[in-house]
Amino acid sequence: MTTRIDLWWLPRAVLLGLLAFIIFGPLTNLLLWTVAEKWYFPHMLPLDYGFGFWQRVFSPRGNAMVSLGSSIVIASLTVVVSLALAIPAGYALSRLRLPFRGLFLLAFLIPQAFPNLPVYVNIARFFYQIGLNGTIAGVVLVHVTHGLVYAVWIATAAFSAVDVDLEEAARSIGAGPFRAFRDITLPLAAPGLLASAIFVFLESLDEFTGTYFVGAPDVTTLPLLLYTASSGGNYQIASITALLLLIPSIGFMLVVERFLRADVLSKVGH
Amino acid sequence: MDAGAFLSIEDISVGYGPTTVLDGLNLAIGKGEFVALLGSSGCGKTTLLRTIAGFARPAKGAIRVADRNVTHLPPDKRGMALVFQSYALWPHMTVTQNMAYGLKLQGRGRQEITSRIGELQGLLGLSGLGDRKPAQLSGGQRQRVALGRALAIDPEILLLDEPLSNLDARIRLTVRHEIRALQKRLGITAVHVTHDREEAMVMADRIVVMNRGRIEQQGTPEDVYNRPASPFVAAFMGAENLLDMEVSVGPQRINLAGQQVLAMPHHRDLRSGRAEIRFRSEAATLLRPGESPPAQAGGLELAGGLELTGTVANVSYPGGHFRHGVRIGEREILVDSPAPFNQDEHVRVYVPSSALFIFNTSTDGENDRQTEAISN
Repeated sequence: MTTRIDLWWLPRAVLLGLLAFIIFGPLTNLLLWTVAEKWYFPHMLPLDYGFGFWQRVFSPRGNAMVSLGSSIVIASLTVVVSLALAIPAGYALSRLRLPFRGLFLLAFLIPQAFPNLPVYVNIARFFYQIGLNGTIAGVVLVHVTHGLVYAVWIATAAFSAVDVDLEEAARSIGAGPFRAFRDITLPLAAPGLLASAIFVFLESLDEFTGTYFVGAPDVTTLPLLLYTASSGGNYQIASITALLLLIPSIGFMLVVERFLRADVLSKVGH
Repeated sequence: MDAGAFLSIEDISVGYGPTTVLDGLNLAIGKGEFVALLGSSGCGKTTLLRTIAGFARPAKGAIRVADRNVTHLPPDKRGMALVFQSYALWPHMTVTQNMAYGLKLQGRGRQEITSRIGELQGLLGLSGLGDRKPAQLSGGQRQRVALGRALAIDPEILLLDEPLSNLDARIRLTVRHEIRALQKRLGITAVHVTHDREEAMVMADRIVVMNRGRIEQQGTPEDVYNRPASPFVAAFMGAENLLDMEVSVGPQRINLAGQQVLAMPHHRDLRSGRAEIRFRSEAATLLRPGESPPAQAGGLELAGGLELTGTVANVSYPGGHFRHGVRIGEREILVDSPAPFNQDEHVRVYVPSSALFIFNTSTDGENDRQTEAISN
């Protein structure tokens, strides 16, 4: 008997390897750069390892901490404003009859439909006139227009997943409309709303173009710092900043994965 | 409306967009009465219930509870409680929290709430389940929690929207009696929506048969069952056998295609002409040629009945008796018999006068379409 070797493993292994390299290659490179003291061409690996650049980033004179602070403040404010708009909007949309619903949901996509650059340039010009340029409020406003799509779409799905019967059951035994919303609908939609908050937070943390045009140079966020560092050839600082940006993203993604249930996801955009 | 009516629905019309679901409907319900709204899906019974509850807005008409006009009151101000078909229990609350919510809204003290809910849980057989979430309950238990949640607020009117349709057939039979007993004991006024004839018959004081947004007939279960006012009601109440015949109406007797049957009180609106004859499979008797019909009180001559001849097309045994498909001319009817007959055997079918429901065929053929929709 001859043992036949299944040659199919070969292309599969190659494909998987390639995929792993595409995903983890840049990440490994980034991690290496954060601890490289000295690294130049043609060397495959850094010549010197150390945390010297971390000290520089976190030193009182480095901009990283300030940028991180303003990034978090801006992202938090963006979440608050977006949810304040998305909760009533999402609730109304989820209880609306269908033809209008699709139209409204589509309307929130419009800011995404145009090329970002000209839009932001115009916003910057307008904000400059009314004195919002270079302020946290201005940057938050830009981030809100960006994040509102996610917030409204996910909030609509979250509220749609709450059966109208559940709300009516509360109404029928004596709860007014606000009481029923507060006691029944809101708690049941909370996981979805939390997920939408996280998406908005991450979007805001990551946002570059709008922040650059509206906020710079007075407001510096982590992505702006990253840009300045890497365009100055300072790969260590850039990598450390990128790592800082990566941590909340990965952490929150794990949370979202837990909270965004299938029944909510299936209603996104419906 | 009736002076004694506790809940009165006056000339109510409800529509969704261009379609009219209820059209000028009137209904009066007494205090402590258990009324079943019976009809097939799409007849408007659930819409009527939701209109009473305040979830559907009538285009015209009024709803009064004890002479208080509640037509424009929101659902939470009507003093009613609705039990949903889906039970609509709140998954983030425990059984006790679900049941206590209404009392909490009323601002009752904790002591009072605890004792009232404890009492209700005992009454409903839910003791010891108070800390469970709805997901950890069986269907029957969920149904009881939903009922308990509605009863906790001591509503003037209890509205039930097919509350038994999601239960196992076996549990359903016992829950029927439980709900009925509870309603009697609490003296609560109840409106129950169902498409199940037997459920309505067993539970209700009065059955309101609905069809296409109108009330076809209302009366006691016995009334509706034995004296259906329209072909639709007859078919819905189980008189599925249908024959077309020429009738001529005399003072005491009705001539059905040459045969004399006794005119019964429920035949009084009959006119001579084409008519459709309806009867239940269990009301007819299957006879061999030459065999005489069973003796009846008052004798055969007085009772009279319809005799038909045909051949047995098929035999089945649904339990308790044999069910025969009997071919009579173009039509096939179903007749029950304690003993089986052979396939293709020539038989006679005897239907006593009291079991015959005779209706004039309307000229536009509307009745035909309605009744066909039921038998499908």
